[in-house]
Amino acid sequence: MTAFGKLIRTTAFRLTLVYLFLFALFAASLLGYFAWNTRRLITEQITSTVGAETGEISDVFGRRGLRGLVFTIENRALRPGANLYLVTTPAGQAIAGNVGSLAPGVMATTGWSETAYRRLDEQDSAVHRALVRVTELSGGFRLLIGRDLEERRRMFGIIAQAAQWSVLIVVVLGLGGGIFVARRVLRRIDAMTGTTQLIMSGDLSGRLPVGRSGDELDRLAENLNAMLERIEALMMGLKEVSDNIAHDLKTPLTRLRNRAEEALAKSASESEYRSALERTIEESDGLIRTFNALLMIARAESGQARGDMDDFDAAEVANGIQELYEPLAEDGGMSLHVRTVSAPLHGNRELISQALANLVENAIKYGKPAAAPQPLGADAVAAAVSKEILIEARRDGDRVLLSVTDHGPGIPEPDRKHAVERFVRLEASRTQPGSGLGLSLASAVATLHGGELRLTDANPGLSAILAIPARTVGSDRLAAQTSDVPQKVA
Amino acid sequence: MIATDPQMRLLIIEDDRESADYLVKAFREVGYVADLASDGEEGLAMADSGDYDVLVIDRMLPKRDGLSLIGVLREKGNRTPVLILSALGQVDDRIKGLRAGGDDYLPKPYSFAELLARVEVLSRRRGGPAEETSYRVGDLELDRLSHRVARGKDELTLQPREFRLLEYLMKHAGQVVTRTMLLENVWDYHFDPQTNVIDVHISRLRSKIDKGFERPLLHTIRGAGYMIRDGIR
Repeated sequence: MTAFGKLIRTTAFRLTLVYLFLFALFAASLLGYFAWNTRRLITEQITSTVGAETGEISDVFGRRGLRGLVFTIENRALRPGANLYLVTTPAGQAIAGNVGSLAPGVMATTGWSETAYRRLDEQDSAVHRALVRVTELSGGFRLLIGRDLEERRRMFGIIAQAAQWSVLIVVVLGLGGGIFVARRVLRRIDAMTGTTQLIMSGDLSGRLPVGRSGDELDRLAENLNAMLERIEALMMGLKEVSDNIAHDLKTPLTRLRNRAEEALAKSASESEYRSALERTIEESDGLIRTFNALLMIARAESGQARGDMDDFDAAEVANGIQELYEPLAEDGGMSLHVRTVSAPLHGNRELISQALANLVENAIKYGKPAAAPQPLGADAVAAAVSKEILIEARRDGDRVLLSVTDHGPGIPEPDRKHAVERFVRLEASRTQPGSGLGLSLASAVATLHGGELRLTDANPGLSAILAIPARTVGSDRLAAQTSDVPQKVA
Repeated sequence: MIATDPQMRLLIIEDDRESADYLVKAFREVGYVADLASDGEEGLAMADSGDYDVLVIDRMLPKRDGLSLIGVLREKGNRTPVLILSALGQVDDRIKGLRAGGDDYLPKPYSFAELLARVEVLSRRRGGPAEETSYRVGDLELDRLSHRVARGKDELTLQPREFRLLEYLMKHAGQVVTRTMLLENVWDYHFDPQTNVIDVHISRLRSKIDKGFERPLLHTIRGAGYMIRDGIR
């Protein structure tokens, strides 16, 4: 498509054409109305003066006879800018007035008529038009009084010219404006198209240009940019997952393979084979768990789990998890407590339970107080407190907080952000079993619900907090809508 | 493995030849009559005509997918218990499977012990007696109405969750119950804890019902799970 073709196909340009037509029509009809009224006004003025003069002169004829009439006519005809006068005998011979010649037959009929004429004192070529009235006087004499129409014609000409110019100006300005607007829009759309093509060719970091005017195109560009941001983040996540899978799943797979090889080469008895196989199964179970956790994180991060949300109370989740893990904590020489107030949520209960379970498992694994020797006579109560893990469910403004607090060594401030990343296992934890995905999953679940995972200092220890927007009236309605969907599916 | 009723008939609908053969062989070894169908249409025809105790159905099958197969069977009034196997192990897929008419759901990869335990529970469910009001294993007795548990003459005091755990184990007395089954049925969680959290609950329960008694009733089945049964059987 040519540049001009593109230009005239734009919506802006087409709209301009429509408005152009409408405005031209408006200007033309306005001037037309003006012209028609002016003409009527001038004609009315002529008829009234001519009518009055006819009356006056008939009167003069009645009172002073033909001599008086001729005298008056000649007198008036000599004034500058005079009207047209002509008096004829019953035979049709002109005896007084300033009209040289007339269209034939004008004097034959009485009353109003429009005619071409020539003045007596003008050359042969100059012909004008006039509006005249012919009256028959007594004795067969005829009197013609009229007014030149030049004024009316000139007025009309001026208006016609004004009409031409105004239509021309409307058209030129309109077309110019249309092209200007269309080109502006087209330039911006072309810039957007260019960027999208760049993005389609693989460069996801491209962003659409956003102007400063805040118009509809800017808003569109902003929204598209936000969408691109999200897509890029998802793509990065995907890439990160595949990188991490390659890196961190290959290690245990290699270990698995080495063990199997070693068993095949060195095992002598059945029991040795058996134990090697058992370890192999254990190792592969670990792999499966890691894989499941990764899929779960990817699913939470991509927002797929949004379909599964319902209403529940965070307090129930906290109590349930405490009940499940309390014996495990006790086995590990710690105590697990729970403190809850009612905190309604809208979300995926299973995922939130799992996220909380991960935090509790972390606290049980890593939350033991540092093995610093207690000074003699140390407060026994302090020692008991330091082995306590607390699960809390509470509300904080528009957020529901589900927190797990331990009094272990905690995570140093600079490492906290890092700790949430996938497969990151801080130095202290490398000797412990685990996939390194617990906090990542908790964080992904929080993000899915529009919240976040906060790691804060418990002085000493770590407080891991899932902060999730509380259920509001709005999300209740949302819940009512979404709960219809599975019923249709089922 | 525990002995099974030799009359138990099983239909496996799975398109992957190797895992299907493995399953058929493994189920035959523990005493099942196991048939195999390798696509959805064949599976539907066989399930419809044969008299099976349990159907094990892969979710993704050629010709007709697992969920639609179950849908057709249920529409025809066939109530044979169905266990769905799926590579899509996520929570919502599980819910979808159960909504479609499946009775249990097991994500791949699974251990045979887990599958066997679940199939056993499903096969017993069919035609079994309605929910009983009390269970008895050896001299251990559990009354579901009064929430009383006694072993011999001794009254035992259990926490509510311990009661539910024991109730589930006793309901499936003589059957292997896996850790995942316990987590799903007693706690209603469907995730996979990274720790031995269930073992700790079991050992607490064990210390209440078996400690101080000559004959233990609650057994650990290595590589599979737990079982409650009277020693002689």
